[in-house]
Amino acid sequence: MLKVPLESHCKRICQAVIVATCMSASMLTTPLHATELGYPEKEELTFGFIKLTDMAPIAIAYEKGFFEEEGLYVTIEAQANWKVLLDGVIDGRLDGAHMLAGQPIAATIGYGTKAEIITPFSMDLNGNAITVSNEIWAQMKGNIPKQADGKPVHPIKADALKPVVEKYLDAGKPFNMGMVFPVSTHNYELRYWLAAGNIHPGFYAPHKGDTSGKIDAQALLSVTPPPQMPATMEAGTIYGYCVGEPWNQQAVFKGIGVPVVTDYEIWKNNPEKVFGITKAFADKYPNTTIRLTRALIRAAKWLDDNNNANRPEAVKILSQSNYVGADYDVIANSMTGTFEYEKGDKRSVPDFNVFFRYNATYPYYSDAVWYLTQMRRWGQISEDKPDSWYKDIAAKVYRPDIYMKAAQSLVDEKILSKSDFADLANEDGYREPQKHFIDNIVYDGTTPNAYINKFKIGLKAGDKL
Amino acid sequence: MTATLSKKTVGAQPMSIKALFTAFFTTKAKAIILPSVGIVCFLLFWSLAASSIDTSLGKFPGPSAVATQISNLIDEHNTEREKETAFYIRQEQRNQARMAKDPSYEPKTRAYTGKETFLDQIITSLLTVLSGFLLAAIIAIPLGIAIGLSKNLNMAINPIIQIFKPVSPLAWLPLVTMVVSAVYVSPEPLFAKSFINSLITVTLCSIWPMVINTSFGVASMNQDWVNVSKVLSLPKLVHIQKIVIPASIPAIFTGMRMSLGVAWMVLIAAEMLAQNPGLGKFVWDEFQNGSSQSLSRIMTAVIVIGLIGFMLDRTMLQLQKKLSWDKSSAQR
Repeated sequence: MLKVPLESHCKRICQAVIVATCMSASMLTTPLHATELGYPEKEELTFGFIKLTDMAPIAIAYEKGFFEEEGLYVTIEAQANWKVLLDGVIDGRLDGAHMLAGQPIAATIGYGTKAEIITPFSMDLNGNAITVSNEIWAQMKGNIPKQADGKPVHPIKADALKPVVEKYLDAGKPFNMGMVFPVSTHNYELRYWLAAGNIHPGFYAPHKGDTSGKIDAQALLSVTPPPQMPATMEAGTIYGYCVGEPWNQQAVFKGIGVPVVTDYEIWKNNPEKVFGITKAFADKYPNTTIRLTRALIRAAKWLDDNNNANRPEAVKILSQSNYVGADYDVIANSMTGTFEYEKGDKRSVPDFNVFFRYNATYPYYSDAVWYLTQMRRWGQISEDKPDSWYKDIAAKVYRPDIYMKAAQSLVDEKILSKSDFADLANEDGYREPQKHFIDNIVYDGTTPNAYINKFKIGLKAGDKL
Repeated sequence: MTATLSKKTVGAQPMSIKALFTAFFTTKAKAIILPSVGIVCFLLFWSLAASSIDTSLGKFPGPSAVATQISNLIDEHNTEREKETAFYIRQEQRNQARMAKDPSYEPKTRAYTGKETFLDQIITSLLTVLSGFLLAAIIAIPLGIAIGLSKNLNMAINPIIQIFKPVSPLAWLPLVTMVVSAVYVSPEPLFAKSFINSLITVTLCSIWPMVINTSFGVASMNQDWVNVSKVLSLPKLVHIQKIVIPASIPAIFTGMRMSLGVAWMVLIAAEMLAQNPGLGKFVWDEFQNGSSQSLSRIMTAVIVIGLIGFMLDRTMLQLQKKLSWDKSSAQR
């Protein structure tokens, strides 16, 4: 009888000592106060995803046991489309999901379904491309300058597509293209690329009930779920699309289309997917939230370790039918540092998929602000907003505080090293002004209204449809 | 067939053993040879047709591609089971470790979180179709008897049945989904919502053939038997139990067989549409994957769906033969 309480006392003292040491150690090294992370409040979780290679951190965290090591028992379910996925998270059928960066933001500002969704973890950089059908490619190819070896010069700009679109419009035929969701990265990237080449992708006017985004449009964009993109283009319903992998490489393999530009070329190292959970979930289950973020950080790290050394193994996992399920070769084409444009024109793009490098997992406020500027540019946000509003919304949705708690505890437990999170200790959440856009316009997240005014096509401050 | 035939011949006139043997043999041989010829022709036609259809996902799968996939799917099932065992061992160790650290912790064993294999999906679909069908039978047969017995009730309910009967249960599916997720709320649900959705959809489609056939069977009962019951002045319940049910069993079973066939078809479609676990989801997932294996896996599923549908029908037939007095209604 005596032994048990004594032992537990000892344990408690030991624990207290450990906690105290951890705390003092962390106080010395960083301003964050790390207490020992408690057990997860909710252990059985269901996460949703769409069949795209950028869901990899979730699959890897599961397969490599990172979730289990956090005491989380996770079931991973493929979802039919982004709408179903978002509804699943909102109504609680899913605890969290692989989301388009625009989804938590749009949900929070009430564009589409209104719900408070946050993200403690950004899943990847880049990873999308724009593909056109063979028919369009044949017409565009003549407008693209050639390299010495006869291959087209990259990046290919939409200027080469402009005459083709005009030809269709003159003939009275609509020029249809596909993207995956109205608030998807793909929609904004495709619009960005088209507009940079003087093709108007159309405005939204939600205050007038117009959410089709086709006002003044020269290219008509419509929604198609990612896995159905190649089939829809093959059927002739759309002439091209912007989607994540493997659905661009699938077009190459099937011989039905040619990827013309990757989003890496449209905006170097652009933030792409995020991991979304409801705010209610994060408030109710703080330990679970931190723990799942920890598992995802470790998975992302694993994916980029040793210069993508683990990628072939990751591709093997992703090609399982319950994850992405496409052929190994198709997924490997973009995941292992290369990208195949026209059949046979395989080029090295080592950063086509970035999961951890360049602080890819840190949820930057400036990323959220960029999405908000694009929503405003295309009319999804129908009224002018002050710069402070952009800042407030970003802080509501993107939660680097949770991320830093997770990162700190990983460092404290010596699972990852401090150097893995090099510059994050004093991060204010706004990246330095970013220059690498296809139209050379510089983006500074602290001045969104000034940024919007720089675009030739798009709503500017004061404009209202 | 054979049994009745030989009995009759024996009864009619004594035949030589040899003639009897040949008669028996030819019918038996026919029963084996003809279907085999049919199947072989079909396989030949299938592989010929398959090799000449090119899709963007490769050739249309022929019989050999399906055979490969069957062995693949079984391998995958076995691998998954091994992973499952490892999962439980790891979980046990983790629970032990946590108990050592935190004695107040009550260990809990959580179900395996890995993927459902093809065999698991088959079982899910079978369980769903059978439970939905049973629920439908529990509602439809008493209702059918009541309608068959009372002309007034029939006139009252008939328009409703006629309106809802032609509605595809898939049209109900969105409504069912929303209602279930609103009404069926419990922190520790006994059944998954997806299961309830599929089950209700199956029930909705299998109710009508059973109600209609049962009421028809009851209404067209032999009048003599009704009179017998009247003469004996049987109480209502005994009348139903001793006269009505036995008399209408053939009709009830015809309705049940039709229902089960429809239910199986609808379930697969509902699973595809609602992404509920089961064979339909398997087919849809494979279609979405678009890998070079996808088409042959879908073809495998198609054949398995067909075989299961066939087996369900045969099972109902056997049940009908066992329970029904009118053997002729169970001939085809």
